[in-house]
Amino acid sequence: MTDEQKLVHFQERIDAGEKIEPKDWMPEAYRKTLLRQISQHAHSEVIGMQPEGNWVLRAPSLRAKKILLAKIQDEGGHGLYLYSAAETFGIDRSEMIEQLQTGKAKYSSVFNYPTLNWADIGAIGWLVDGAAIVNQTMLAKCSFGPYARAMVRICKEEGFHQRQGYEIMAKMMAGTNEQKAMAQDAMNRWWWPSLMMFGPHDSSSAHTSESMKWKIKVESNDSLRQRFVNRTVEQAHHIGLTVPDLNLTYNKETRNWNFGDINWDEFWTVVNGNGPCNHQRIAHHIKYHREGEWVREAAVAFGKKQQKQNSLN
Amino acid sequence: MKTQEAIYQYCLRIADSNLILAQRLAEWCSRGPILEEDLAMTNISLDLFGQAETLYEYAATIKGDNATADSLAFLRVEREYFNRLITEQPNGDFAVTMVREVLFSAYQNHLYQALCKSNDEMFRGFAEKALKEVKYHLRHSSEWVIRLGGGTEESKVRSQAALNELWRFTVDMFEMDEVDEELISMGIAPDMKEINKSWMKTVTEVFTEAELHIPDLNNVIKGSNKGIHTEHLGHILSEMQYLQRAFPGATW
Repeated sequence: MTDEQKLVHFQERIDAGEKIEPKDWMPEAYRKTLLRQISQHAHSEVIGMQPEGNWVLRAPSLRAKKILLAKIQDEGGHGLYLYSAAETFGIDRSEMIEQLQTGKAKYSSVFNYPTLNWADIGAIGWLVDGAAIVNQTMLAKCSFGPYARAMVRICKEEGFHQRQGYEIMAKMMAGTNEQKAMAQDAMNRWWWPSLMMFGPHDSSSAHTSESMKWKIKVESNDSLRQRFVNRTVEQAHHIGLTVPDLNLTYNKETRNWNFGDINWDEFWTVVNGNGPCNHQRIAHHIKYHREGEWVREAAVAFGKKQQKQNSLN
Repeated sequence: MKTQEAIYQYCLRIADSNLILAQRLAEWCSRGPILEEDLAMTNISLDLFGQAETLYEYAATIKGDNATADSLAFLRVEREYFNRLITEQPNGDFAVTMVREVLFSAYQNHLYQALCKSNDEMFRGFAEKALKEVKYHLRHSSEWVIRLGGGTEESKVRSQAALNELWRFTVDMFEMDEVDEELISMGIAPDMKEINKSWMKTVTEVFTEAELHIPDLNNVIKGSNKGIHTEHLGHILSEMQYLQRAFPGATW
């Protein structure tokens, strides 16, 4: 088959709803987009451990500590799982880490915001994981088999995280005035970054149309964002939180919550590396990766010695 | 000393040790040498928080007076904690954390084995469950110490330095007082001299395989049974208790 015929066949398989597996033929652009997306997703899980880890030592009850630690472990586990999915493309993890540390690979911009009070942990679980679920439920239907399967598994755990995050917010909204103020403060700071997680408007998204054709995405940014807003606004009102958007109105005909303009300048500032914590997150990753170098070297050296000994025996 | 009072005190010793070590291990979150180890250390931390919670709940029922697991964990002052001193020592590098983990999980391993035969039903139930967890902690840390001892020159030097640093806190783990006497007489807790012997055998095996030598014991630091700590505990508590202290009476 010529490449052109292969491409036609590939598109037919996609249109028929078949899953593409790592050993199947695929256009270079498909491969590149998925690798970029999966490694970016893996990095997001790993970098996301930092803002949440920021509160592990200060979590206010034994139960809260256990839930938060378990959540962070889930995220790290997702990272491992996704690195493995990316490795099916023939790249190894250390190469991906290098791309992260040099800025060649990105991670979810939302983790470039700081966690400043305990309610931020609630807000991340409820809003950030909530937005991630909407996106990942869509990705579970994507055409690349390993990624779709990873998403099915990951979505189950994110569901727990979202409920646990919401529970933190609900408890604080039922608590003292100081707790309510902290919860509202977290809501004010995390609401817009959560909406930005769905990416630019469909009209200005660089990757959307090709991704849709190949079913890497099966739904547009704006439609996913609207679904998230509809769900979340009512949850916020239910516990007495105000959504920080003066233009928020309910449209009875479309049954959508219409919301105000997203600050795209802020979005691009953070995506391009100048958000409040971009520098800190990467510097932290590099610092501890370097500090662990002697451990990784020791493990390799020990492994080699063992091998040598085994071959002598 | 009354038996109930001794049980209460004994609960705190074990629970506080687990709580403080869990807090220390959680410091590794996002800081591990590889992602797998980041997860392993926080996983051990999670086990230890769980073990602490079980015993605080037991202690709270003995104490009465509206005490809860959380009030015991978060609202005492430094001198009222009875964790073994080794658990509050700083993480240092990965070698210090792994050597500390071998020393302490080997101790838990033998202590919990003995508590599986306790006349106290609660201790028995606790130990049976927790033993499975600490056996894994011991295996995990032993494998690493052996790997580091036999890895590169640097990893060997770091591991030996870690052992030299921490060995001074090991005597403290086996100190006994009237609490132990009461519980030994009731068949509830073991004689720590026996635990010490089996512990020494276990850790000697690990360090021998790792080609590390056990240092001389010319500097012994102890005091945990009386709540006399090193300077590190106060800082751990100020961070851990921050929200509970800043917003008294709030529920989370």
